[in-house]
This record gives sequence, C-alpha cells and structure tokens, in this order.
Amino acid sequence: MDRDPIYLDYSATTPVDPRVAAIMIPYLTEHYGNPASRSHPFGWTAEKAVENAREEVAKLVGADAREIVWTSGATESNNLAIKGAANFYASTKGKHIITIATEHKAVIDAVRELERIGFTATYLQPESNGLVDLAKFKAAIQPDTVLASVMMVNNEIGVIQDIEAIGNICRENNVIFHVDAAQATGKVEINLEKLPVDLMSFCAHKTYGPKGIGALYVRRKPRIRIEAQMHGGGHERGMRSGSLATHQIVGMGEAFRIAREEMEFENARTRKLRDKLLHGLQSIEETYVNGDLEHRVPHNLNISFNYVEGESLIMAIKDIAVSSGSACTSASLEPSYVLRAIGRNDELAHSSIRFSIGRFTTDADVEYTIELLKSKVNKLRELSPLWDMFKDGIDISKVQWAAH
Amino acid sequence: MAYSDKVLDHYENPRNVGSLDKNDPNVGTGMVGAPACGDVMKLMIKVNDSGIIEDAKFKTYGCGSAIASSSLVTEWLKGRTIDEAYSIKNSEIAEELALPPVKIHCSVLAEDAIKAAVADIKAKQLAAKEAA
Amino acid sequence: MSHVFFDHNSTTALRSEVLEVMLPFMVEQQGNATSRHSYGRTARAVVERAREQVADAVNAHPSQVVFTASGTEANNFAIHGIASNLCHGQILISAVEHPCISRPALAMQSRGWQALSIDVDLHCKLDMHHLHNLLAAPTNLVSVMLANNETGVIQDLAQIATLAHQHKAFVHTDAVQGLGKVEMNFADLNVNAMTVSSHKIGGPLGAGALVLDKRLDIQPLLHGGGQEKGLRSGTENVAAIAGFGLACELAVKNLAAFAAHTQQLRDLCEEGLSKLGAILFGQQVKRIPNTSFFAFNNIEGETLVTALDRKGFAVASGSACSSDNSEPSHVLLAMGIEPDVARGAIRVSFGLSNTIEQVQQFLTVLEQELARLRNLTAILA
Repeated sequence: MDRDPIYLDYSATTPVDPRVAAIMIPYLTEHYGNPASRSHPFGWTAEKAVENAREEVAKLVGADAREIVWTSGATESNNLAIKGAANFYASTKGKHIITIATEHKAVIDAVRELERIGFTATYLQPESNGLVDLAKFKAAIQPDTVLASVMMVNNEIGVIQDIEAIGNICRENNVIFHVDAAQATGKVEINLEKLPVDLMSFCAHKTYGPKGIGALYVRRKPRIRIEAQMHGGGHERGMRSGSLATHQIVGMGEAFRIAREEMEFENARTRKLRDKLLHGLQSIEETYVNGDLEHRVPHNLNISFNYVEGESLIMAIKDIAVSSGSACTSASLEPSYVLRAIGRNDELAHSSIRFSIGRFTTDADVEYTIELLKSKVNKLRELSPLWDMFKDGIDISKVQWAAH
Repeated sequence: MAYSDKVLDHYENPRNVGSLDKNDPNVGTGMVGAPACGDVMKLMIKVNDSGIIEDAKFKTYGCGSAIASSSLVTEWLKGRTIDEAYSIKNSEIAEELALPPVKIHCSVLAEDAIKAAVADIKAKQLAAKEAA
Repeated sequence: MSHVFFDHNSTTALRSEVLEVMLPFMVEQQGNATSRHSYGRTARAVVERAREQVADAVNAHPSQVVFTASGTEANNFAIHGIASNLCHGQILISAVEHPCISRPALAMQSRGWQALSIDVDLHCKLDMHHLHNLLAAPTNLVSVMLANNETGVIQDLAQIATLAHQHKAFVHTDAVQGLGKVEMNFADLNVNAMTVSSHKIGGPLGAGALVLDKRLDIQPLLHGGGQEKGLRSGTENVAAIAGFGLACELAVKNLAAFAAHTQQLRDLCEEGLSKLGAILFGQQVKRIPNTSFFAFNNIEGETLVTALDRKGFAVASGSACSSDNSEPSHVLLAMGIEPDVARGAIRVSFGLSNTIEQVQQFLTVLEQELARLRNLTAILA
C-alpha cells in the first residue's frame, strides 16, 4: 500500500487530538503519582488535575462535577450503571428492566447478565428508522420495572433517540433511567440540568480523547444510588475503586473541553461532508440508507449496497478504513444485529458500510471515497449473479435457494 | 482477515467471469448458496461431445475467498472430463488458496457448484437421449 | 527543594523506553483493536505482542493473559468471577490483603458466599494451621497475595496452593508487588489465577492483567463487546497495554539489577533506622528487596510522613489506596502489633532511580525530624 488508508471510522475510535496528547504527556513523565495518595505532592498535583478534568466533563453535559465518576470506559460505565442501579433498587422497585434491541453490546450483555441472576428484561424493537416508539416504550413498563436503558446515539446507524420524552415517561413511572451517551458527546447538545436522566455513560476515545477512560454521571438531585461493581480502596466515593490513570483523565477533560468549545463549528463542517458523501453514494443504484436521516448525528452515514456482499466490498475498498457493523462485533461474520432489528434483511445487513466522518476528514477524502465506491460496487456487481437476476427482473426474495 | 496472495490475485483479477448460454444443450449450470448466507455461486460449464469441459464461467456474490475459489475452479475445469471435474475436492481448493479455517466453507461451496453443474449437464444429456 | 521519591510500591515513574512505545498510539495511531481495517489490525498486533511480553514475564502462555484496566479490576474479576461460577461456599483470604481483595470478598457475602480471613503471624507469614483448619469447610477460593504491599513479606504460595488444592479449592494470588521484584513463575506457583499490574513496574497506569489457568471457568466482570475472548469487554487501551508489555519485559530483564540495588539501599536504610530505634516489621523473613516497613514509638506515622514530605522525601504511611483514613495499618494489626505502634508505621520503598546519597540524606533528615517531633510531643505533654 502506497499510503495509509483514509480514516472514516471515527465512531469506532477517534485519533487523539494533538492538543489532548500534548496535555497528557507531562502527566506520564513529570507529574507521576497516585491521585489517591494524599501524603506527598506527587499525589497532590495529580489530584488537582483529576478534579479539573472532572469539571470539564461535567461542563460539557451540564452536570455538577460531583456527579461524575471515572471509569475505564463506556463498557464499564454501562456495566456499573445497569448492574449497580438494578441491584441497588431491586428490593424496592422490582426486577424488570427495559432496554432497546439496538443498544450497544455492553448494555445488552449487562442486562443479560442480570437476567441470569433472576431479573427479567424487555428488549424493545425500534421502528424501521431506528427510533423508539414512545407509546410502545410506555406500554413496556410494568409495575416492577426498576430500570430502563436507552442509548442517546446509536453507534452503527447514528440515530438520536428522544431522550427527554423517554426520560419523562420513566419519571412518571418511577423508573430509573440510564442513557449510554458514548457516541453522543461533542455531537449532540446534552444538558443534564434539564434532561430527565439518572445515569449517563461517557467515554473519551470517541471524542478525540484517549482509550481506557470513561465516566458515569450519577444524579445527585434526586439522588441516585448504585451498588459498586468494583471494590477496593474506596476511590470515587466508593462507587468505583481502582487507581486512576491521571494522564488519561486529564486527556478526557481536555477532549471534552475542546468538544464543548468547537462542537457547533465542527458539526456544521462534518454535516457538510457527510451530506456530500450521502449524495455521492446515492447516485449509485440500489443503495439504502440505514436509520433515520433527520434524527441523526451529523457525521454518520450507514448505507447498504444491494447485490454486493459485505466482506468482498470491505476488501475492495481497503484504501479507506470503515466498519461493516459495530467495531466491537465486526470480528465475527454475523450480520449486524442493529440492522436486523430495524428490519433489514440479511443481504442488506451484510452489505452495509458505516462511514463516520471526523475532525481530520477533508473534502478530498470524501471525493475519493465516492469515486472508489462507485467503481468497486460496479465491479462487484459485474461479478454478482444476483445483480444479473435483478437486472433480468427476477425477485430474489422469491427464489427457492438450495439449503447450504 | 489476512488473505493469501493467491486469494488476492484471484479476487483482484478474477478469471473467466461471465455467463454461457444456459439454453445450450452442452452447457451445465450450477447455482449454489443463498444470499442470506452471504454467498451465491453460479458456475457454468460447456462440455464437448467427448465429455471434455471446453469452457467455464462464473459469477459469485460472496467474500473474497468465495470469489477466488470460484475463479480458481474455472481455471481447473477447462480441459478436464466431467468425471474428473466431479472428483475435485474442496480440500484441494482450500489448500491451493491457503484458506483459513473460517473460509473453508467457500471451497465447499465451489465443490458443490462443480457438482451441481456436472449434474445439470448430465441431466440435460439424459433428457436429450430419452428424447432421441 | 528537590523531591526524593521513596514510594515505589505505590506507583513508579514511567520508563522512558515505555513512553516511546506508547506515544505513537497516543499521538498518531488511531484504530480500535477490534476493527478489521489496517489501523485496527495494527492495534491488534500491538496488543498481542504485549500479551506475549506479559506472559513471558511470568512464564505463562499468552492465551492465559486477560488484560484489564488495573490490578484492582483484575482482583475484583478474580474474586467475583471464580466464586460466581461455583456453588456457595467459602472464600478465604489472608488477613493482610489489599482492600481490592478484601472488599470484593466481603461483597460476595451479600450474594451468599462466606468470606473468612486467614491469620498471619508476627512476621506477616500466613498461618498454615489456620488455613488447614478453615479448609475443613467447603471452600471455593483461597486468595493470598504473593508479596505484601506494606511489609514486603513474601508468602510460600506454592505450599499454600498445594494445601488448598488438596481441599479442592481454587487459588488466586495478587502478585502486583511481586512482579519485577522477585522471580515469578506462574506454573511453579501452582495457582489458578494471578494478578499483575503495569504502573508498579515502570509501566503506565491504566493496564493490568489476570493470568489464568485455562482449566478455570471464570465469569466476566465487564460484559459487552466480547473482547479478551469474552472475559473482559471494553475497547482495548492500546497505548497502556503496549506500555505494560514492554515494562514487563524490562522489569524481568532488570530484575537482578533491581534486586541488588534496592536491597543495598534497603539494608543501608534499615541499619540507620535500627540505630535510630525503629521497630522494623517483617525483617526476619523473606521479603521483596526494595521495601522497609517500620515505626517509632510515640511518633504518629501521618505526622512523620508530612514532616518528611516538607523536607523533600516522599514516603508512605501505609497503602496509598487507604491513605484517606487514619486507621492504623490493618496489616500490622493482623500481625498482632499494638495499635499505638501500628499508628506510627512508615513505609519506604525504593526504585532503581534512588541512590545511596538519598538514603544517607534521608537518615539525617529523619533523625532531625524525630528529635523535633519528640521535643514537640514533650512540650505538649
């Protein structure tokens, strides 16, 4: 390969912003020290930096710094929120949980783990645009529903749920409400002062911060309690123990500061690029956009190319780095469960590509991508017996396929 | 997924892509797989009167290994008798292309496609004999 | 005033070579190790290389290494994960474990397991008779740390493990303070699971690992994307894991030099401490070479730590993780030390960067501060 592929996989992970890296490095080299070690200044410098970062994270989402608990990432935040709240409130509220079939695996598998120890769960199917129907959500609430978990932005199709409306339903029904906002920070305005949300998960590495650090928002008024999932020295007011990586926390703080200051400008820029990509790709026959285009983050495009097999497509476009399905599951060859949940058939699910644009994507990158897709999809369709059949007017869904 | 050089070569420069006249009594067609499984292979062979495969064409909807497997067999088939073709084993294809374990099914599919094409030509020949 | 860091058991400075391998993944390289494109594959290769380095450092196979975000997480994972897969029984832990073993063990009590602690003797060594007696009741798991973070005392793990296995119990060891300080051989230790951590050996904060006997069934602590063969979900912290891997390699390579150097400093320090009338803990048994734990009668540990800090010496009054509370060291209490004496405990833990001159200066300053504090106490009295 002559050059590095064009990176269009910002929803899997973003590069660390150079400004973030610059702030982190001194904490790796000079200011070492365990922030929980209060007896000497190596520890003090670290503690101050950690608290500044906590302020920055809180500011981006309209929270109080005291409501922010550090974790090792969104997976841990989701596990802590869901298992922690469900276990804490099970005896008073009940043991039923509501979540959405298109949630991240960290939410789904945490709920499954609770099912294993005696909870029950409803996995609500979203509508075909990926959004939750509020009436169906309301109807899913039972007298013993303790917790609902709904992601703000879907990692694959980028749709934004109506968190305020869902949160209000939860409030009316005395249900604890958790929101996975890992994909939302820096993309969607979040104001927890107003949003009826009790617990919210964040991570740094989807917002130009480092990997290995995240946070959980835990509401103070009205106070939400969670049972710790990791025990030890009693860091983070007992909610989460374990030595904290100061450089990573500082990096998350800076990343979230930049997100707060530059979000408006950045979203306008990425939206323009995304729309250009969208129009370019829609000029190819038989393409299907997955997920609602209106209630959607500005940098995501998930699109299926009919009559082209997904893996061969990925292979054909290796000059660009994209995902077919969620990054966390793309090691397996199963079609995306998110696309199946919104009613896409296996073929379209298999042939979907998620393009996610970011801070360092250029106009030229998008133009190159459009041309690449046009030529490669065309080439693969020339190879495809299904494309022939489609062109001959055969309805492929009616064909009796030999079992395989 | 790391692909072998041979897979990449066949994938980037597939041999014998296309179709033959399916109504030709000397053309056998094998279509195997299903879109929902992620692979469909269509293999067509043209057999002369001495039972030797003169031409082979394919079209494949599938991953790189599936495309390479079908491309490879079209090369192998030309010049062989239909009986020789019938005896091609998926393991030979997998070995030639150095397929990883998760891609062995692609070679199985290619073997199935050959068998289906051979079966089709035999059925056509039988029907022709009965008609005669 | 320059600061002298004598608290290497709490955390260590990042090695410059380690920083070098981390930087590309913090500054230039993007890529989620689960992604299939070339950025993802590069990240994956780095994680797998580090896994080999960690495995080599403890003489295990790479497939036995599960990366976590910290030693604390690995310990929680071990206690929770091993016990959860078994019928309710006992969890036995030594009386001198770090809170990230004792607290998760206690948390398992609310889920139906019984957590009991195994006594230690005056020298911090596990009481094998007590262990033997406790094992009479059905036991799921025995967790005993390899080397104590405060006293540095090393337990006879292989012997403990043999006894526990005879009673069909699994064995876990928190070896965070052992890695890089003593030879470690996972197979010889005969344990089923072992915790190691990056930031105690010149690696970055943010990485740890649980080394597993593959016959062991264990439940994950974090559920989700299925990373680490489903045993630890969450996007891999590539930079920290890369740093951890190299730190392991370097720690093992430098083990002999580390041991010789820090032991020299420790011996020199303890010679001086004895002259000043210090009570030295664990001195008569096998310890990691860099650690000295001691107390002076009638001197508060916290007060002395603060006084030394003002003179430029960073030392600890106990485990860093519990520095928030002023309770006397639970380790010393378990050893049968009087609370009044235990309240005076100070830990110094040396690293390769420390020098003989620093130790000599420390002893001089310590003598002055002791005199000053004793004078102060006398006035107050």
